[in-house]
Amino acid sequence: MATPIKVERYTKSSRIALPVTAVVIIVAATIPAWGSSNIMKQGVTFLTLLALAQMWNLLAGYAGLVSVGQQAFVGIGAYSLWVFSEKVGINPFLCVPLAGAVAALFAFPTAGLAFRLRGGYFAVGTWVISEVYRLLVTQTSWLGGGSGVSINKAVQIAPSTREAVVFWWALGVAVGAIALVYLVLRSRRGIALTAIRDDEIGARSLGVNVLRSKLWVFILAAFGTGATGAVIYLNLLRLQPEAGFSLQWSVLMIFAVVIGGLGTIEGPIIGAIIFFVLQQLLADYGTWYLILLGALAALVVVFARRGVWGTFARRWPVDLLPLRRRLCLETVCFTEEAPPAAPTTASTPPEIPGAAESEDTQGTDV
Amino acid sequence: MIWVNDVLQGILLGGLYALFAAGLSLVFGVMRLVNLAHGDFSIMAAYIALAIVGSLNINPFYTIVLVMIIMGIFGYIIQRGLFNFAMDAGPMQAILATFGIAIIIQNLLLEGFTANSKGLDAGSIENAFIRISDQVVIGWFPLITLIASVVVLLGLQIFLGRTRLGRAFRATADNQRAAQLMGIDNRHLYGMAMAFALAIVAIGGVFIGIRTTFSPSAGPLRLIFAYEAVIIGGLGSLWGTLVGGIVLGIAQVMGDHIQQGWGMLVGHFVFLAILAFRPQGLFAKQVQ
Repeated sequence: MATPIKVERYTKSSRIALPVTAVVIIVAATIPAWGSSNIMKQGVTFLTLLALAQMWNLLAGYAGLVSVGQQAFVGIGAYSLWVFSEKVGINPFLCVPLAGAVAALFAFPTAGLAFRLRGGYFAVGTWVISEVYRLLVTQTSWLGGGSGVSINKAVQIAPSTREAVVFWWALGVAVGAIALVYLVLRSRRGIALTAIRDDEIGARSLGVNVLRSKLWVFILAAFGTGATGAVIYLNLLRLQPEAGFSLQWSVLMIFAVVIGGLGTIEGPIIGAIIFFVLQQLLADYGTWYLILLGALAALVVVFARRGVWGTFARRWPVDLLPLRRRLCLETVCFTEEAPPAAPTTASTPPEIPGAAESEDTQGTDV
Repeated sequence: MIWVNDVLQGILLGGLYALFAAGLSLVFGVMRLVNLAHGDFSIMAAYIALAIVGSLNINPFYTIVLVMIIMGIFGYIIQRGLFNFAMDAGPMQAILATFGIAIIIQNLLLEGFTANSKGLDAGSIENAFIRISDQVVIGWFPLITLIASVVVLLGLQIFLGRTRLGRAFRATADNQRAAQLMGIDNRHLYGMAMAFALAIVAIGGVFIGIRTTFSPSAGPLRLIFAYEAVIIGGLGSLWGTLVGGIVLGIAQVMGDHIQQGWGMLVGHFVFLAILAFRPQGLFAKQVQ
């Protein structure tokens, strides 16, 4: 008699979490109807931070690409918004996906150069390339040069309409970013990525085209980051190369992801909330929130490298999004090991994962 | 003749970049760590020198030894207290930890010293020069910088080749596990490597503080220049970093000559061209 075998994704927690998430999104979408202008502006700040963090997590958490140059795509997205709305005359609200597409185009030459470098050298390499984009924009008078530009076409729209639409766009990119990461990970390519995350050499030996998978992720992340950059500047309305291509954008994404938990979808959400709350609480104390977040990030990455969510999820096996597969034999289910955040860009030999850790067995409703 | 002057100025500037690059290269060579806080450490050294000059009222040149000692001790402590654990957690975790430290240093300096640009005043030496012809002029201070960087690299070479600790550095760079089996305490060794790297970067920090003004946000650019010098010269090559720094310096001076404001961009282009056509650098020990 063959034992009935089932592979499951859904857990009790994710069955509850999905409808709750849907309700939260619907409630959030009604905010422009009752929320103040300030709430909407803060909401845009938070939601775009969340989207950026998701995109950086896709890069670093799943493809092992630690980029410190993602501000390149924020800047390119923002300048694309300006070019399409001012020079081409497209409605600024319709420029958001176009800005993402332009950023994705720029991801090709960026990857062509940066992918020659590994690990930490890749990180600084992306940073240099982002500096090149910034300097080129600064030197191009057609793009407003060093003094920057205003998104005039968006300024001309009535503030109440503009704020509402920008808020919806921010909600759109945040939900879109989460959905994108989720769909990518559930796809065939996502399985390859998970394999790369866990053991790059092992994945390669099973026939995964590592370079192509990484390139694919890099381009997707550039698209999401570029579109988010356009939304950010629909909100800020004034764009300068120093600000659009600022390292600050990378600081936001990296700290949010690292604190929340690298390599999980839930992690960047938690991280973005922590980042945003600390920023608001310490708003009167200059840059102390960055010092605090930096210390938190450095400590978390070293001593709790799964981040807040990863540490939590390890203790209480909770999934908000059904991503992990569980092998179910009659009444017992074995969960995939939690993400070990194994080194993927290493030149050193891969770690031997804590071998005989007992799998968490969970009761199920098969 | 004006081009000769450009090349000369570029070489002198390259000496300064080599001072930053040597520390970065040493740390990567010994422990495979790319220290994203490297540039901010150099700015930190400049601010320490500024504080010493302010309280003792001496010429910044005399602060160098003290700043080197302070930075060296700091390097040892931060390596053993944080970076060693970060490297245990994984290479990606190590990079991210140094990034966190970089942001902390930038913002602590910003809170402590404001965003205003500061400078170190070394007196008349700053403006003294040797006139070779009407168009070729060599400043004494840039010349001293270049000499200092050659002396540092020479000292480093002798240290790595002749001393017990230097040999332990090289052994660990070649094969960390085998070195450990031979009785080398790699945690202590990594601490020493970071201490040496930060002592060297302290020299660079004080020199560039005398040469130009600096502000808390100037660190990342220093890191980028040091990094470009390392990649242009070739990973793992000591004298390659000097050549890399010089190539970068010449590119920047000439770029600014062609059009004001293009210096940095031309420097980056040279770096990207090397990356595209000779990714192992000019003097790589081995092909990656």
